[in-house]
Amino acid sequence: MAVRRVRFTFPEDLIKEPVIYLLGKQFQVITNVRMADVDEHTGWVVLELEGDGAEIDKGIAWAQSRGVRVDPVTGDVVEG
Amino acid sequence: MTAASSLRCRECQREYPLTATHVCEFCFGPVEVAYDYDKIRRNVSRASSQAGPASLWRYHDFLPVDRDAAIDIGAGFTPLIRAKNLGKALGLNNLYIKNDTVNPTWSFKDRVVAVASSRARELGFQKLACASTGNLANSVSAHAAAAGMEAVVFIPHDLEAGKVLGSSIYGPTLVKVQGNYDAVNRLCAELAGSYPWAFVNVNVRPYYSEGSKTLGFEVAEQLGWRAPDHCVVPIASGSLYVKIRKGLDELAKVGLIDEPKTRMSGAQATGCSPVALAWEEGSMNFRPQRPNTIAKSLAIGNPADGYYSLVQLKETNGACGNVSDDEIVAGMKLLAETEGIFGETAGGVTVASVKQLAERGHIHPDELTVAFITGAGFKTVEAVAPHLKPALEIDATIESFEAAYNAARPVEVAV
Repeated sequence: MAVRRVRFTFPEDLIKEPVIYLLGKQFQVITNVRMADVDEHTGWVVLELEGDGAEIDKGIAWAQSRGVRVDPVTGDVVEG
Repeated sequence: MTAASSLRCRECQREYPLTATHVCEFCFGPVEVAYDYDKIRRNVSRASSQAGPASLWRYHDFLPVDRDAAIDIGAGFTPLIRAKNLGKALGLNNLYIKNDTVNPTWSFKDRVVAVASSRARELGFQKLACASTGNLANSVSAHAAAAGMEAVVFIPHDLEAGKVLGSSIYGPTLVKVQGNYDAVNRLCAELAGSYPWAFVNVNVRPYYSEGSKTLGFEVAEQLGWRAPDHCVVPIASGSLYVKIRKGLDELAKVGLIDEPKTRMSGAQATGCSPVALAWEEGSMNFRPQRPNTIAKSLAIGNPADGYYSLVQLKETNGACGNVSDDEIVAGMKLLAETEGIFGETAGGVTVASVKQLAERGHIHPDELTVAFITGAGFKTVEAVAPHLKPALEIDATIESFEAAYNAARPVEVAV
């Protein structure tokens, strides 16, 4: 089992979509929200994803295809 | 003994021991070093600082490393210069430049890496690692060499030769990673989570970021133990911007300066401006960006301290510059031509932002303002080279020289 800590950033048109629910339903991935800030225009959610590594990758790719930006929870690690 | 007492989550305030960890296990918020300020107050005075070495280690009481464990290659205690010429050009009567181009590897990254590498060695790590497009890689490589540690440095595959050489001279293992910016970022984040190495800006980030406080300490000491009225600081991850103010606050906390009322303003390039855009929109939520700017040392599209930067902008009544690539080049030239300081593109962002903020009335002409120039221009020559006056080419005769020299001089008009 792999664990991935990620930050989802939602554009305005996805705010009403149950993306995290669908991620857990369509893929064998356990989602665990730890921090979030969502308003009517934008929002971010920090969550832990647990499951098979390849399944997590598929789930993340699906979320990205829906328009969610997915980043490591640490922010960018490549610095100038 | 260091006065550092624990790591504390900036969100939920949970405390952790002083190990190599950077995220709260409970809420995934970032952790930072907490200190016993009573202990620091007992140990420090203005005189004790002034008697210390001409490096950032003169402030070792405020850092999370024992003095004896310090890896000191001379980082810090860089000049603070009264910038009369630049100030005159920008309509500012009390402008100073903190010139961090003169650090051992020519950027402020030596401050953060000095602290991170010292703490990493203290924690028993033998390998120092980072993912970088330039300055950080140079500094990690140099500090590892001086500490007798092994350096593993990940760089994008298409990095300019000059930047690669600035690291490879120190003998690290250089790893060129194929792929776009996001792919390199994702891989390095995963590597940092799976290898037992000290990734300076990931698992030892709480110690790393403390190095930036020393800019605040130095500026206050160099001003005669007072805080500036206004600071203008380039924002990449946001850590530098936040920690300079933390440094000023800590000096006040232990009684070395009066309570700072310093306004903290930021500087970003338009091609990577998540904090500047959120500030302009009045939002506390920044939107991550894919960077596209010549200021590559500031090209962090998803800044770890972006939220805390927005909080500080609001709390200190600061403003955030947002400047184009053309303005950055003009800023680099203006700094060089007025003060004799050749800063890199990030310096151009800062100078251009000072200009923009002054023109828009965010900086009062009489405020004691400090602009932070964080890296040397030789790191980014390709950004300005096409915009500079060409050399005169002559034959080896006086006639040839005079003809070329007189033709190139501005025409003097008799009044």
